[in-house]
Amino acid sequence: MDGLDALKSKYLEGIMGAADESTLEDLRVAAVGKKGEISLKMRELGKMTPEERQVAGPALNALKNEVNSAIAAKKDALADAALNERLQSEWIDVSLSGRPRRQGTIHPISQVTDEVVAIFASLGFGVAEGPQIENDHYNFDALNIAPEHPARQEHDTFYMHRADDDDRPPHVLRTHTSPVQIRHMEKHGAPCRIICPGRVYRADYDQTHTPMFHQYEGLCIDKDISMANLKWTLEEFCRAFFEVDDVELRFRASHFPFTEPSAEVDIRCSWDKGQLKIGEGDDWMEILGSGMVHPKVLQAGGIDPNEWQGFAFGMGIDRIAMLKYGIPDLRAFFDSDLRWLRHYGFASLDMPNLHGGISR
Amino acid sequence: MKFTLSWLKDHLDTDASMDDILYALTDLGLEVEDVVNPMDTLKDFTVGYVKHAEKHPDADKLRVCKVDTDEGELQIICGAPNAREGIHVVVAKPGVYVPGIDTTIGVGKIRGIESYGMMASEREMELSDEHDGIIELAGEPVVGSKFIDYLAANAPDKIDPMIEIAITPNRPDALGVRGIARDLAARGLGVLKPEPTAEIKGGFKSDINVTIDADVQAKGCPVFTGRLIKGVKNGPSPAWLQARLKAIGLRPISTLVDITNLFTYEYNRPLHVFDADTVKGDLRVHFAAGGEKLMALDDNEYTFDAGMMAISDDNGVESIAGIMGGLPSGCTDDTVNVFLESAYWDPITIAMSGRKLKINSDARYRFERGVDPAFTPVGLDLAAAMIIELCGGEASDMVVAGEVPDTIRSYKLDTDRVKSLVGMDIAADEQRATLEALGFELKGDDAFVPSWRPDVLGEADLVEEIARVASMTKLQGVPLPPATVGVPQPILTPMQRRETMARRTIAALGYNECVTYSFIDKPSAELFGGGSDAVMVGNPISADMSHMRPSLLPGLLQAAARNQARGIMDMALFEVGPVFHGGEPEEQEVLATGLLIGHTGPRDAHGARRAVDAYDAKADAEAVLSAIGAPEKLMVLRGAREWWHPGRSGKLSLGPKNVLCAFGEVHPKVLAAMDVKGPAVAFAVHVANPPFPKAKSATRPALKISDLQSVERDFAFVVDSEVEVLAMINAAKGADKALITDAYVFDVFSGEKAEAQMGEGKKSVAISVRLQPTDVTLTDKDIEAVSAKVIEKVSKATGGTLRG
Repeated sequence: MDGLDALKSKYLEGIMGAADESTLEDLRVAAVGKKGEISLKMRELGKMTPEERQVAGPALNALKNEVNSAIAAKKDALADAALNERLQSEWIDVSLSGRPRRQGTIHPISQVTDEVVAIFASLGFGVAEGPQIENDHYNFDALNIAPEHPARQEHDTFYMHRADDDDRPPHVLRTHTSPVQIRHMEKHGAPCRIICPGRVYRADYDQTHTPMFHQYEGLCIDKDISMANLKWTLEEFCRAFFEVDDVELRFRASHFPFTEPSAEVDIRCSWDKGQLKIGEGDDWMEILGSGMVHPKVLQAGGIDPNEWQGFAFGMGIDRIAMLKYGIPDLRAFFDSDLRWLRHYGFASLDMPNLHGGISR
Repeated sequence: MKFTLSWLKDHLDTDASMDDILYALTDLGLEVEDVVNPMDTLKDFTVGYVKHAEKHPDADKLRVCKVDTDEGELQIICGAPNAREGIHVVVAKPGVYVPGIDTTIGVGKIRGIESYGMMASEREMELSDEHDGIIELAGEPVVGSKFIDYLAANAPDKIDPMIEIAITPNRPDALGVRGIARDLAARGLGVLKPEPTAEIKGGFKSDINVTIDADVQAKGCPVFTGRLIKGVKNGPSPAWLQARLKAIGLRPISTLVDITNLFTYEYNRPLHVFDADTVKGDLRVHFAAGGEKLMALDDNEYTFDAGMMAISDDNGVESIAGIMGGLPSGCTDDTVNVFLESAYWDPITIAMSGRKLKINSDARYRFERGVDPAFTPVGLDLAAAMIIELCGGEASDMVVAGEVPDTIRSYKLDTDRVKSLVGMDIAADEQRATLEALGFELKGDDAFVPSWRPDVLGEADLVEEIARVASMTKLQGVPLPPATVGVPQPILTPMQRRETMARRTIAALGYNECVTYSFIDKPSAELFGGGSDAVMVGNPISADMSHMRPSLLPGLLQAAARNQARGIMDMALFEVGPVFHGGEPEEQEVLATGLLIGHTGPRDAHGARRAVDAYDAKADAEAVLSAIGAPEKLMVLRGAREWWHPGRSGKLSLGPKNVLCAFGEVHPKVLAAMDVKGPAVAFAVHVANPPFPKAKSATRPALKISDLQSVERDFAFVVDSEVEVLAMINAAKGADKALITDAYVFDVFSGEKAEAQMGEGKKSVAISVRLQPTDVTLTDKDIEAVSAKVIEKVSKATGGTLRG
C-alpha cells in the first residue's frame, strides 16, 4: 500500500488550502466520495490477502478519518470566517437612542407618605383614614375646640355651603387630620396606635401656604404612655426619616386645645448655603406640634381618661418632604409642571422600606 | 404681644441677661417672634466731631467733612443739610451695618472724592422716622465713644429692647406685661415685684350711674365698675408714657386714652373713658335690639345686630361694649370730666360680636380670650390713680353694677402625675412652689386656680403648668414598649394596599403622578357632572377653587393645559385621590385616573412614535384593574358619561351596576372648554369597586397544562362594520368550550378599501382560535369539525360570512 503518505499529504494540503465550501466538497468527493481515491483503495481491500489487509485496512481507515475530520474542521473554519465577514458588515449606530419608553414617576407626597407609613409600621402603628368634608363635631367640638374659642378662628377654616332649609351647622373641609383620631377611637377604642395621613385645608395662600396641604397625625393610647415615650418615638422617627445617625429634639411648651400638656418640637439642624443638615449645627427648626391627648378628647372618642392616656402629634407631609429632599416651593407641589414632576418624582418600584433603606 | 425690657423690669426684679430672658420666654410657651434690640444693631456706631466742612467741588448739596473719630480723622462726604463744622455726630465707619438702609458701609468715592464712612440720621439707625438731617448730639460727648453709651446716659428709652411674643389662645394672662413677668419669676429668672395698689378717696357720688339689664348680667356682663373723675386736664401724655406706647407700635393720642392703652398692655385690663359731659343721663348695659348705629372711635359707622352688647345713655348707643367706644362720647383734649369704665365682658359674646362687626381691637382681642374678672375694680382704681396723678381732678365713689363673678375652683394636685403623664422627675415641693409662684393657692393637695387663668380646668392643666415651668427641654425620651412580640402583623387595610398598588402600577406604565387641588372652578366641575351647591365651598379663596371636584379629570386637564402652554405636548399624567359626589362626609370616593395626550413618545429614528388612542387608555385601565385584583372577565359597555367621546369610550364593569372603570377619548367640547389641545384619552378606575376577596389565601389553584400539542386555526369573517368583535370572540369560544382555550382578533380590515372589496358597510375581522386537546392528539377530522362549528356560531351570532 504505497502511496498512502502521498495521498494523505495531497488531500490534507488541499483541504488546508481550500478557500470555500465548494472546493472543499470537490476534495471530499475526490477523496472519500463513492469513487474517491481513498474509497477506491478501500474497495481493493477485498482482493488482498488477510495479512495484507491487516496492515492496509487500519491504515486506510485512519487516512479516511483524518481526511474527514480535516474537512469538518475546515468547514467550521470557513463557516466562522463567512459569519465573521457577514457580521463585520452588519453595523448599527449604537449611539442612536433606543426606542423611547415613557418613564413614570411617583409624586413626593405619595413617596414621603409611604416612607412615614413604613417607619411607623415598624413601631406597630396602623394607618387610619377619614373624610375630608367633615362635620364640625369631629373637626372641632370633639377636639375640645369650642365654637367661639379663638382657636377655632385661627384655623382659617373652609366652610361648605349650607342650604337654607338645612339648619345643621355647615360642614367644614377638615383643617387637620385630627378628626380621624376621634373616628378611630369611637370605632376601635383603646389601646391603639395609628397614624392618619391625608389632605387638609386652610383658607390661606401665599409663598409658604397653600389652601390644601398634607399632614399626618399620630395617636398612641395605652395604660401608661407618657410624653417621654412621645419624645422617643419622634426621635426614632426623625432619625429614620432623615436617615441620620443622631437627632436631637427639643420640646417647647405650647398650647393645642386637644392636648395637655402640649409641646412644639424643634429639631437641631444647620443651614449651610441653603442646604439643611439635620442633627448638627446650632439652629433649631420647628417641625411639629404634639402633646398628651386631652382628657376631654379621649372622652369624646368614648375612651375613659381615668383608665387610658396617650400622646398625639401632627406633622406636615409636604413640609418634611421639602426639608428632606430640598424642594424649595410648596406651591409647586400642586402645579403638576412635568419638569418638576420628573425632577422631584420617584421611580414606581422605589417602594420605601426599612430593610433596604427608606430612600435610595 | 409686644413689650419692652424696661417695662418688664417694672414688674420683675431681675439681673438675667436678655438672652436668658428670650430663651425662657420661648421655652415657657411664650414664643419670641421678634426682638428689636438697639444695643445690638447700634453697637458699632460711635461718636464723632466735625472739625471741618466745606462744599464738595463738584456737587452743590454735598459737603466734604473732616471728622474726628476713634480711628483718628476721617474724610466723610455728607449730603445732609445740617452737616457743618463744630457738631457732634454719630459715625458709621466702613464695615458697619446700617439697619435703616440695610447696607454695610464701605469706602467709596463720591463724585471723585473718597469717603470713609457716613454720619447717620435717626431713621438710618431705626430710632425714629426722623430723616431731615444727621443726628446732632447735645452736650460734650467723648469723641470715639460708643453711641449706645451716649443713648444709655441721655435717652435710655431709645435703647430699650422691644420683644414680641406669640400668645397661644389659652394664655390671656400673658397679654399683660405683669403676667409675663409672673411666668419668668416662676421660672426663677427674678422676683415678681409686689402688685401696685391705689387708694382712691371717693369724694362724691358719681353723676353717672350704671345699670345692667338682667339678661345681660346673667351672661354677657356680670360686673361693671366706674368712676367719674372731675376736673381733669387732658393733652399729650408725658414722654415716658408716649415712649412706652411708641415702642410697641401704638400711637400716643392723649393722656386719658394713653392710660387706657397702657393698662391694656400692662395688666391685660382694657378700659374705656367717656367724656362725661357728653353722656346724657345714666349708662345702661343691654343687648342691642338690632339696627342701632354708632360712629366708633375708628371713624367707622357700625350697625348692631340683635344680641350684641351695647352701652347706651339717654342719647342712645354710646359704645360697642368690650370692643370699641363711640366717637361722640369719646375723650378729646378738651375733656374736663371723664367717666372711667372697667367691666368684665363674656368672651363668647364678645367674640361673636367682634367677628360679625369685623373689628379687631385690642379690647376685643383680650376680652374674647379672657381677662381677669377679679381685677376689674382693682384695675379701675389703679387707672383712676394714674389719671389723677397725670391729669389732676377728683374721683367719685366707685359705681358698681353687678358683681365680680365667682371663678373659684380647685383641682387635686397629684404630684405623681407629672411622672406618669409627662415622664419627668420633679420633686413634690418644687411642684408646689411652681404652682404658688404662678398664683395658685394650695390648701393641702387642693390647688386653687388664680382668677387670671381661665384656661386651667383640670388636673392635667396643673401637670402642664409644672412641666412647662420646669422646662420640657429636660424631658428625656423613653422607648415606647413594642406593640407586639415577634414579627409585626401587617398594618395596611386591603383598600390602602390597593391604592398604593394602583398608584405604583400607573407610574410603572409611564405616567407622572400629580397632586391637584381638591377644589376646582364651577364651570370645570360642571363639565364633569359636578358643581352643585352641595359641593360648594362657602368661603373659597378664589373662584378657581369654589367647588369640590367631582372627578380627577378636570384637575389633570388643567395641568395638561398648563404644560401645553409651556410647550410640552406629549404627556401621561395621573392622580390617585378623592373625589366628592356630595357635601356629606361619606360622599367621598377614591379614583385612579390617567390622562394621555399627544404621542407615545418624542419623535425618534425608529418610527416607534404614534398618536395615543383609546386603546392605550383601555390597556392601561385593564393593567390597573388587574393589579388591584379585579376579576379577569369584565363586561365591556358603552354609554360612558357625557364628558367622554360618545363613540370612542366605554366602561368595564362587573354586571351592569358595578362599573369598575371608564375609558376612552375625552369629549372634544370638554377639551375645548378647558383649553386643552387634543385629542386626549383617559381612564378612571373606581378603586374601591372591585370586590375584595372574602377569605385571604395565598394558595393558587393548581396549574393544568397538557403535553399534547395545541393547534391554532385562523378565520376571517366579513361582518357589518357595526359588529363588535367581542360578540365574535364569545361566539367562537362557545363553539367548543372544552377544546377552545382562547380566541382573539389579530386583524381588522375596515374603511373605504375594505368596503370596496366587501361591499358597503362591511369589514373583515380575522380571529385566531386555539384548540387544546386534553386526552388525545387532534386529527384533521377533529379540527375540521371544530372549525365548522366556529364558523357556524360566529355567523349565527353576527350575521357574518367566512371571507372567501
